[in-house]
Amino acid sequence: MLDVLTVVTAVAALLLAAWCGWAAYRDQPTKDWHFIGMAVVTLLALVQLVVGIVQLARGEKPGQGTTIFVAYLLGSAACVPAAGFLSLGERTRWGSVTVAASGVVLAVLEVRLFDIWGG
Amino acid sequence: MTATQERPNRTRLASGPGLLLVWLYGVMVVGAVSRSAYQIATEFDRAPLAYTLSALAGLVYGFITYTLVRGGEKARRAALVCCAAELVGVLTVGTWTLVEPSAFPDATVWSDYGMGYLFIPVLLPLTAVYWLRRSRAQEPAT
Repeated sequence: MLDVLTVVTAVAALLLAAWCGWAAYRDQPTKDWHFIGMAVVTLLALVQLVVGIVQLARGEKPGQGTTIFVAYLLGSAACVPAAGFLSLGERTRWGSVTVAASGVVLAVLEVRLFDIWGG
Repeated sequence: MTATQERPNRTRLASGPGLLLVWLYGVMVVGAVSRSAYQIATEFDRAPLAYTLSALAGLVYGFITYTLVRGGEKARRAALVCCAAELVGVLTVGTWTLVEPSAFPDATVWSDYGMGYLFIPVLLPLTAVYWLRRSRAQEPAT
C-alpha cells in the first residue's frame, strides 16, 4: 500500500523515541521542541490514516482484514498524542520516557500495519 | 488526575515511573480488549479458549490501569493483587501454550509469555509490583 509512508513513519517514530530517551537520560521533561517532534510524527500517522481509508474506499483489500487494518490505523494515529498529553502532566524525566515508549510502540504498530496489508 | 492532586493524602501512583506504567497498561488494554472483542465477534468457534483468555487479560489490564490512575492505599493494594494474578496468568498461559499447543489453535495475548507483544506482558507485572511496593515504602514520609 503505502510502503514509503510506513517506513518514514516508523523511522520518525524511532527518532522521536531516541530524542525523548536522550532527554530522559539528561533528566529533562519534554519541551516545546519535543512537542513539535510529536506533532510531526502524529501528522505522518494521520496522513497514513487518510491514505489507508482512501485506498480502502478504492476497493483495495488488506490481506488480514479491513477491521484489523482500520483498528491499527486508528491506534497508530492516537499512540503518540496520548503519550504527549500524559507527559504534559508529568514535568519530569518520566514524561520523556513515556513519550519515548510511545515512539517504540508506534514503530511496532507500523511493522504490524505492513504485515496486515501484505497478508 | 486533578482529583488526585486536590487530595495530597492519597498516594499518587501515576506519577514518575508510574506514568510509564499507566501508559504501557493503557496500550495493553487497547491491544487485548480490541483484539479479543474482534476475535470473539467474528471467529469465536475457532479458538474459544484463547479468545476468552485474551478477553480476561484485557479486563485485568483495564482494572490495573484504573487503580493506578485513581491512586490511594486501597487502590495500591488492589493493583498489587491484580499484578500478582496477572503474573501468574502470564506464566500459566505461557507454559500452557508451550506444553500443549493443540489447545490453542490461535494465539492469546499471553501466548509464549507474551512474545508477540515484545514480552511486555511478563515484564510489566514485575515492574508494576516493584513500583507498587516502593510506593508504600515512601508513604510514611509523606
